[in-house]
Formats: sequence, C-alpha cells, structure tokens
Amino acid sequence: NKYNTRFISTDKIPPVFLCFRDRKEWADLEPVPQDDGPNPVVKIAYSEKFSDVYDYFRALLKNDERSERAFALTSEAIELNAANYTVWHYRRVLLQALSKDLREEMRYITAIIEEQPKNYQVWHHRRMVVEWLNDPSEELEFIADILSQDAKNYHAWQHRQWVIQEYKLWDDELDFVENLLEEDVRNNSAWNQRHFVISHTSGFSDAMEREIQYCLYQIKKAPNNESAWNYLKGILQPLGLSAQPGLLERVLELKQTHCSPYLLAFLFDCYEDALENSKENVAEEEQQKTLKKALEICQLLAQEDTIRKEYWLFLGRSLKNKHGSSDPSDEPLADDPEPSVPVSEQQEMS
Amino acid sequence: MDGVPTPLRCFNECHSAAMFVDDGVETVTSREQKKVERSIEEVFSVYKQIHSLPQPTLLREQHYQYLKKGLRHLSDAYECLDASRPWLCFWILHSLELLEEPIPAAVASDVCHFLARCQSPAGGFAGGPGQHAHLAPTYAAVNALCIIGTEQAYNIIDREKLLDFLMSVKQPDGSFVMHVGGEVDVRSAYCAASVASLTNILTPKLFEDTTNWILSCQNWEGGLSGVPGLEAHGGYTFCGTAALVILGKEHMLDLKALLRWVVSRQMRFEGGFQGRCNKLVDGCYSFWQAGLLPLLHRALFKQGESELSRQRWMFEQQALQEYILLCCQNPTGGLVDKPGKSRDFYHTCYCLSGLSIAQHFGNMDLHHEMILGKEDNRLAPTHPVYNICPEKVAQALQHFHRLPVPDGNRQPGASADASVSDPTANSGLGDHQS
Repeated sequence: NKYNTRFISTDKIPPVFLCFRDRKEWADLEPVPQDDGPNPVVKIAYSEKFSDVYDYFRALLKNDERSERAFALTSEAIELNAANYTVWHYRRVLLQALSKDLREEMRYITAIIEEQPKNYQVWHHRRMVVEWLNDPSEELEFIADILSQDAKNYHAWQHRQWVIQEYKLWDDELDFVENLLEEDVRNNSAWNQRHFVISHTSGFSDAMEREIQYCLYQIKKAPNNESAWNYLKGILQPLGLSAQPGLLERVLELKQTHCSPYLLAFLFDCYEDALENSKENVAEEEQQKTLKKALEICQLLAQEDTIRKEYWLFLGRSLKNKHGSSDPSDEPLADDPEPSVPVSEQQEMS
Repeated sequence: MDGVPTPLRCFNECHSAAMFVDDGVETVTSREQKKVERSIEEVFSVYKQIHSLPQPTLLREQHYQYLKKGLRHLSDAYECLDASRPWLCFWILHSLELLEEPIPAAVASDVCHFLARCQSPAGGFAGGPGQHAHLAPTYAAVNALCIIGTEQAYNIIDREKLLDFLMSVKQPDGSFVMHVGGEVDVRSAYCAASVASLTNILTPKLFEDTTNWILSCQNWEGGLSGVPGLEAHGGYTFCGTAALVILGKEHMLDLKALLRWVVSRQMRFEGGFQGRCNKLVDGCYSFWQAGLLPLLHRALFKQGESELSRQRWMFEQQALQEYILLCCQNPTGGLVDKPGKSRDFYHTCYCLSGLSIAQHFGNMDLHHEMILGKEDNRLAPTHPVYNICPEKVAQALQHFHRLPVPDGNRQPGASADASVSDPTANSGLGDHQS
C-alpha cells in the first residue's frame, strides 16, 4: 500500500519521517492548523511530526474524507496519541466505509494493545472489531497474554468479562483463575474473577462449602492475605456470617496460630451478624455476651490496626448504641475520646 | 500551632511493625509491596536525619510556579494528553484554588475562551478544539468554569446543547457511554450528574435507571467497580458514590460494607491509600478514596447514625498528610504518585485535594481543622462531591438555578427563585426523581 511508505531512504542517509505536507499524494489537501485562539492556555509544544499529522487529520475530518490515505493517517495519529478518541471513532467509520479487512485490524489492535495496555480506547476498539467479526476465538488467549505481563490490568479483566459473558465462554475460566491464584494468591483481580465465574455459573449455594474450604486453605498458607479474608466474608455475607454452622469455631481455632487483623475483623463481623440477626429464642444475656466479645475485638483492633482506629472505635460505639443494654455501669470504650451524646445534642451537618 | 510540632506517626518506634507481613509466601504482590515500603522507609529515614524537629512543609512556592507555567505552556511530553486539555485546565486551576493563589482576570478570561473552543457544536466539551464531545472533558470544563466563577465563565456553557449531549450518550439500561460510540463505565454517570446538577439541567428522564445501574456496581468487596462484575476500585467507587449523592440515592448502597472497604484501603505503613486491595499506594487515591469518607459520614448521619465523630473523618488524617507531604512532593514543584515517579498535573491536583480533605473536617457550620506541620500548609477546603471549593459550588448553583431547566421540563413545584440545593445539604436533588 503506497500510503504506508513513511520513510524515504537512500544507501547513505538513515530513513526519516516524511511530513505529510511534503508528500505529493497529499498535495491536494490543505492542512488545518489547530485553532487554540489568540491567547492559548495549556498549550502543548507539539513536535513537528505531531503538528503535521494532526493538521492533516483535521483536514480529513473537516471534509469527512473516506479514503485509504485517511485510514493510513489514522494509524499515524494513533501512534502519536492513542488516547485521541476522535481519531479512533473516525478510524471505525473508515473501517466500515472502506470495507477494510477486519482480521488485519485485529492484528493491528493486538500490537497496539501490547504496546499500550492501559489505554481505554484501544480496548474499546478491540471490542468493536470482535463484535463486527462476531469472533471471540482469539480473545481469551490474547487477554491471558496481557495478564501474564500485568496480572491486574483492569481493562484486560473488563474485556475478559465482556467476552466471557457475551459469548458464553465460561467453561475453562475457573481453572484459569485457579492457575492465577497459584501464581499469586494475593491477586485480588483473580479472586474477583472467581466470584464472577461462580456467581454466573453454579451459583454459591452448592459451591459454598467448597469455596469456604478453598479460602481457609489459602488463609492457612498466607494468613495475612487480605483478599482471601475479603472473599470469605463476601461469599458468606448474603446469607449472614452467623448462618454458617461451625464457621465461628473454625476461625476461633485459627486465631491461635494464624491470627491477623483480618481474622479479628472477621470475628467481629460474625458477632455483629449474630447480634443483628439473632433469632427470637436468643436470651438477652447471650446477646450481651456476644456484644461484649464484639466490643473487645473493636478495642483490640483499635490498638493493633491503628491506621483504622477512628473506624474501629466508631464501630464499637455504634454497635453498643444499637445492641447495648441500658446498664448504667457500662463505660465508654477505653481510649475513645468521643462518648455517645444523645441525639438532641447532635450538631446539624447542613 | 506553629510552635509545637506534632510527633509524626511515621517516626514512631513501632511504625515498622506496620510493614507488610508476607507469611513466608513470596508472590509478585508481596515483592512489589515490600519494595515500595522500603522506598518509603528510606524517605522517612532521610527526613528524620535532616530535620531535628519534624515540621513537614508544603512547598507552596514551587508548586505555584509549576502550576502557573503549566497553565500556559506544556512540553511535548503532554502530547499524550492532547485529548484531555480541559482536564489540564481543571487540574491546574483547582490546584491553584486549593493553594489560595488568585487567578489573574486575564488568565481566567483566556481559559474561558479556550474552553469555549473545546465546546462541541452538538453540545458538551471535547478534549481539544475540533474534537468530539466526551463526558470526561465535559466534567473538567464545567468544573474549571465554575472555579473561575465569573458571568463570562458561566455563559460559555450552552446548557440546552449540554442536555442534548447528555441525552445522546444515555443508554437504555441507565448507564452512559463516555462519548458517542464509546465505552460505558461508572465515571460517565458521575460526570453527567456533576455537570447536570451544577448547571441545573437535571430532568427526571436524564437519570432514569441510572441509580440502579450504579448500585449494581457495588460488589462482594463492598466497593464499586467500573462496570458490574469487576473488582472494586477507588476511582470508580468515588464516581459511583458521588453520583448517587447528587441523585439523593446514596442510602441505597450498603454503606457499612462500603465504609469497611474504603477504610481498609489506607496503607498501614505508607499512610496513603491504595486503589484496590493488594495493590500499591498512590497519591491520587488521597482524594478518590479519602474523599469517600466525608460522603459516607454525611450519608450515615442522614440515616440516623448517632455515633459519628464530631471532629474527625473515619480515616487516619495525620498519616495521609504525612504520606503526601513527605513522600509525594517534588522538590522542584508538583506532586507525584509515590517516590520515584514523575510529577504531573493529575497527581498534583489529587494529592492536594486529598491533603485538603485530610486537613478539614465538617462543613460551614461545624469545622475542625487538623493541619500537620506549619499553619502555612493549610489548603482551602474542597467540596467532596464536585472537588472544587464549596463557595464555588454554591455560587454556581445559585447562578444556574435562576435559569429554567432546558427542554421546558421544569421540576415539579419549582419556580424561578426556588432555593438552590447543594447535594450535600438536607434536600437531595433526587427528591424530584420519578
């Protein structure tokens, strides 16, 4: 394609980029300089190449030219600024108007994403091409490759979820997730994908016991991995943490050998859930015992997890306010500078 | 008080106990985290050695010069932001307003003219003159114009066309695409809600089903994702939550779960915030994450929570200020993600915005300041929904609420001098939603 020859070269001189304004095939088109106005602000000192390419892009846009040379120019414009969504939009218009080879476009976008995997436009463009081709067959492998370079790339995961959901490619995804978790059990994106796959396939009712097992297994290996604890809580929360028989006991056991701020927070959540969702037959005394245990954990966390001290103290006050008995001997939590104040004295936050 | 320096948390003997525990199981995540902690430890240690009396100092003059220059000229390194120039205006103007540096009238006028050239004939603002309209530069342009706050600035916005643009990117499921033919994610709802509420073009139809779509972004972690199904992320969580606050529907979130998620994002050792669980600290999350706490505080208060503090947000304000002042300032001006990273206007804006949040508790009626270091470190307060100064929000609302909502769809019961509602005042704009 004659429009792809950007370099002139001779034996002796290294190839240089030939400006569009010097290319004879473009002589008929008047470039359109950027109109920033007389006193520009945030004025970028564009390179000569950048100005040249975009002056011609603006000219094409102005005329709504739909040609091969326009298409070739969009590649140049994208290389200079892959975040220019106006150029991408125009490229898509041209892809359709010129009935371009979409397989070739897939190869193109694959290369661009490999170079710039954290850009919104490139992933959106790929999605459009996949939709037009109605062919997701390369996607899972491609995304896996991107994730092998950055296992938490948000755009990659977004694209992956879209492909899987749109084309119903669920079958191998749990295996894929498990492999990623083998590599890095702290990969929160992989834990999220695990949740995604299970919610959309088996659901959590049948899978619950297996998932709890899996979490506890990972927690025993790395007790300070927040992702595993968050996942455990996340899957149990809809049913209520205190609804799972034997769980509290298992966690209390773990406390002896595998303690962490996350374990303590989980215990608190169990106690809180017990208080919130207590059945009719739970005695007041039992409730107060649970409350006491919960408040002790808040105290402990306020001392151990000091970055969240304000929060743990609030949780304690809030829980006590909600479930506490009206026992006048109750003292405010130690080290808590803000004892409860009756509502009528509260300042308005208007 | 200038005389008595507060002991820094990061100089506490026990502070190294807050470092990451890898349980002997090394993975990419733990390696990266430990690397960052070592570099932060180095910064803390160097600071300790140089300064006998720790008084972290905001490098006002250096930041001011960096911002002043950038507002006019940017090097070719900024070619990658050629489709985000209204953002550059916002990041720089907001930083200047936080630093309480006045914007000369001529500069303000030039910004107005430039943003006028970024406005699309079809409505909304684009990343640069001649480009297509996009919700992100639209958000940035409207905010920048509201910071300027002159009649000239307000008059730049074509409200009728702006509403047309918002309707043109609205999707049947309640979400918005970022631009015609573009991608969907929760940022778009925030951008749309922000500009619509400030310029008084909110109609019931505009945000129909948007609340439910945003709610579907709250996930098993308690935070919000960019689109339903993805991982909870600070930027997206802020956008979704702030959008719901504007629509008066934040109570429909699981606020307790969201609160737990966001407070867990503050890093024990570094003091700053991470964007997602098990990822690295980044100065910009000083706003996206910490900024959620004022929103949640108010939301919980509205729900009848009686045990909220009257002096502090529910994050470690001092630790965040230490991280920003000690680790995120470039000595030649500008702020950064973390030590070793280059400065840029995005991080300058959001580090300063986060610093402001950490310094100021409350609002007009109840205000408690906690300034780390010199009194001169004090920044102007910022509005936690819009991230421009609260006075500018009030002024813009007052201006635009005197104008009729375009399309003849006036809000039920509204009159020309109806009282203006700040979404963080008692009446949510969502009261008018169908």
